[in-house]
Amino acid sequence: MTAESVQGRDWVRVHPLVVRVTHWINALAVLTMVLSGWQIYNASPLFAFDFPAGVTLGGWLAGALQWHFAAMWLLVVNGVVYVTYGVASGHFRRKLLPISPRAVLRDIAGALRGKLAHEDLSVYNAAQRAAYLALVIALAVLVLSGLAIWKPVQLYPLASLMGDYEGARLLHFFAMVAVVLIVVVHVFMVAVVPRTLPTMITGRARRATT
Amino acid sequence: MTKKSMGSSFEPHRSGAIANLERRLFLRQGLSLGALALLAGCDVTDGESAQRALQAMSRWNDAAQGWLFNPARLAPEFPENRITTPFPFNAFYSEDEVIDVDGGRYKLELSGMIAERKPWTLPELYALPQVSQVTRHICVEGWSAIGKWSGVRFSEFLKRVGADLSAKFVGFKCSDDYSTSIDMATALHPQTILAFRFADQILPPKYGFPMKLRIPTKLGFKNPKHIAAIFVTNSNPGGYWEDKGYNWFSGS
Repeated sequence: MTAESVQGRDWVRVHPLVVRVTHWINALAVLTMVLSGWQIYNASPLFAFDFPAGVTLGGWLAGALQWHFAAMWLLVVNGVVYVTYGVASGHFRRKLLPISPRAVLRDIAGALRGKLAHEDLSVYNAAQRAAYLALVIALAVLVLSGLAIWKPVQLYPLASLMGDYEGARLLHFFAMVAVVLIVVVHVFMVAVVPRTLPTMITGRARRATT
Repeated sequence: MTKKSMGSSFEPHRSGAIANLERRLFLRQGLSLGALALLAGCDVTDGESAQRALQAMSRWNDAAQGWLFNPARLAPEFPENRITTPFPFNAFYSEDEVIDVDGGRYKLELSGMIAERKPWTLPELYALPQVSQVTRHICVEGWSAIGKWSGVRFSEFLKRVGADLSAKFVGFKCSDDYSTSIDMATALHPQTILAFRFADQILPPKYGFPMKLRIPTKLGFKNPKHIAAIFVTNSNPGGYWEDKGYNWFSGS
């Protein structure tokens, strides 16, 4: 068996290696950051609820902070590699652009009716483009607000843009909510179209020949 | 159609390279799956190797924060109407267990790399030049509160007692059995003060009578209360919370 053809079916290269590797490292880093972040939140909740201990990481505040401030390096270094690659290689321009609000609304409506086309996994529909771009932006806001909380004095100009320490803390929380919502929808869509999962590992997808 | 037959005709020449490529891909996929299994498989709270790796990252973060620390960068100061009232009490014990230090018999002990180690009485300390600040206290738990503290610049005090300012650490032992330690750069920061007053009143017991080291460039637990002894050293003394796993530098 080769990568080229199997009995009337073509293999198409969908995801470049850099995208696949950074995708899985990002998944690991975001999972670690979110679960440890929930434990940190529980030490002094912003709102009238706690995260259940069963979905937190670190055991107690100090353990959670250690996980959070270790995984942040993984998240940031990996994110810088991904964004640099995406911009320099033209990957973002090819795969995420153009995005028109009308097409996004049309594809979201289509997805809700279960009528979204997924024949060609190498082309993202408008709803995917919007979701992936929104995730990149939400993660960037999450990292920047996190830096402002971590270093409200040394990075004061950044913190003051976000309404000082307490403003950055709120922003960090809501950026987390945005990331979690996008990831939940993403994982749900993978469950609906399961053949996208091996594609993010091997990078290849079968294309039915006509 | 054309593309496919082209592919077939090239096949005999390329099969070796493709097999090679597939082997490499398999290895890479194995690596990323292995990384996921690492998180799922290890006991995240008690696993010794995870514990060691996290401690190593915490030491790395100490170094990163030391590098990021700008001795000239001042913590923001606020107008007095921004002061949080009542200012929260926080310690490793509850408010009804706050200790009562006898100010009349109190003497601040000095040791380590300090030239003049004579103990200081409170009237002597109160006679030093005093400064005030309204700054934000940020707790490691996440909450913050703004307060007003007054006292002597710690750099001024260290110079007066002939501390070796090239030493790496300043350690604190407290009457409530608390302890902590800071880097010399932070000890010499202009807003690091040996505070004797809170909100213009002599520091009440719950805020650390007779003195608290106020450091607006560090988290709250790095601001020791009820200080009984100060020492200067080149070996990291750690501290009460630091030894339990909180990051040592904990700068803001």
